[in-house]
Amino acid sequence: MSRTLTVLDPGPCTTVQDRGRPGWAHLGVPRSGALDAAAATLANRLVGNHEGAAVLETTLGGVSVRAGAAMTVAVTGAEAPVLVAGRERAFGEPLSLRAGDLLTVGPARWGVRSYLAVAGGVAVPEVLGSRSTDTLSGTGPGVLRAGDVLPVGEPAGAPAALDVAAVRRPAAPLCLRVHVGPRQDWFADEAPDTLLSSTYTVSEQSNRVGLRLRGPRLAPAEHRLSPDRGTVELPSEGMVLGAVQVPASGEPVVFLNDHPTTGGYPVLAVVSAADLGGCAQLRPGDRVRFAPR
Amino acid sequence: MRFRPVGADALLVEVGGVEEASALYRMARDLGVPATDIVLGARTVLFDGVGDVPALESEVRGWSPAPDGVRPAAEQPVEVPTVYDGPDLDAVARAWDTTTRDVVAIHTGHELRVAFCGFAPGFPYCTGLPAGLRVPRLDTPRTRVAPGSVGLADEYTGVYPAASPGGWRLIGRTELVLWDPGRTPPATLAPGTLVRFVEVAR
Repeated sequence: MSRTLTVLDPGPCTTVQDRGRPGWAHLGVPRSGALDAAAATLANRLVGNHEGAAVLETTLGGVSVRAGAAMTVAVTGAEAPVLVAGRERAFGEPLSLRAGDLLTVGPARWGVRSYLAVAGGVAVPEVLGSRSTDTLSGTGPGVLRAGDVLPVGEPAGAPAALDVAAVRRPAAPLCLRVHVGPRQDWFADEAPDTLLSSTYTVSEQSNRVGLRLRGPRLAPAEHRLSPDRGTVELPSEGMVLGAVQVPASGEPVVFLNDHPTTGGYPVLAVVSAADLGGCAQLRPGDRVRFAPR
Repeated sequence: MRFRPVGADALLVEVGGVEEASALYRMARDLGVPATDIVLGARTVLFDGVGDVPALESEVRGWSPAPDGVRPAAEQPVEVPTVYDGPDLDAVARAWDTTTRDVVAIHTGHELRVAFCGFAPGFPYCTGLPAGLRVPRLDTPRTRVAPGSVGLADEYTGVYPAASPGGWRLIGRTELVLWDPGRTPPATLAPGTLVRFVEVAR
């Protein structure tokens, strides 16, 4: 018996995530970390971990793992069926696995990303102070594959005593509060109003790098148009989590945790940190709007 | 200096050029400014994860970093031993309207500055070649560029720390390790570093 989780079916995209590796952006290393940080924290609390322990983050389709020893787990985030040894068990509660039990997190009923925490945390080696998979640069462990054996740490504390954790389904359309700027002068005068008065639709191109949106274009300022009517890029500058960056297409991208650390497209607004967890649960076709902070 | 708040807890400071931005960046690092991330850009320094943005702004207003063109006297460049046998050397020579030997002479004849890192961990964007020697990117990026490849794009010289797709014009290669996350510091050519490319035999 070993404290491991063996991946039987990794699902469409399951990664190891903790609170990421902020502090390395100057070297081109994305911060990474769980996209729905509140859900990952809750999963850790349910199994008695410290809040920064590494968990598994699934994408729409869930994950199946086999426990190498008796251990406590919990699933939070996007609500999904949870099966232990073939029997449906509770979502959002601490669950006891026996050695050899198969745990399956099924396809999400709503939302995108479910979080599977295990008492002791997923104990893959740290890279630059974090166990997170960074899908942009490949820093940290790879996206999970069938057959991967993940070490699990020793439990730090007792599982939570509560019976059921509150499950909050995000509102539709989701409202993202923004601070306008820093580059509103690179846009046509009406661009902030367009952003704040329109409804955008989540594109299927969205991923951990960014939430790509379809909807009214945010036009560049006249001074950014080159003679051939292409747009002039900014000299590259540092980018923040939640930046609403507008590439040449004019349709906005909200930067999520694996975003590039620098970029040459201007940022029209920045989404409040408190609203980014909701972005993690938006599916292609879901609608969002923006409101001033 | 121009100050632009970025969201609730970040501040973008815009200056006139690469040398001024590097000087401001060095000052921020030396003084240990309370920010989670300090990111050098081509004309900017971003302070991210700042508790009190107005207080940081007043502090930075009081700094007087060296103006563009002024370098610390004792600064020694990091040398990058390079074999100049890249597949795009001829194309760069044509773009610069000179010979491949001259491309090597020009590229090794100037001290460059890492204006910022991006694209990949430890990937340096080095500036400092004479104005006008810009190089367009490849129309179709290569699907794989080998680690250590030295390339040109726009006004920049870059070095690929790891294998990746890439559209830079490749002029040479180095065996210098640019990125090792297990090492302190992990990047060889960190932002603000002075760099000189040195020709070595293949």
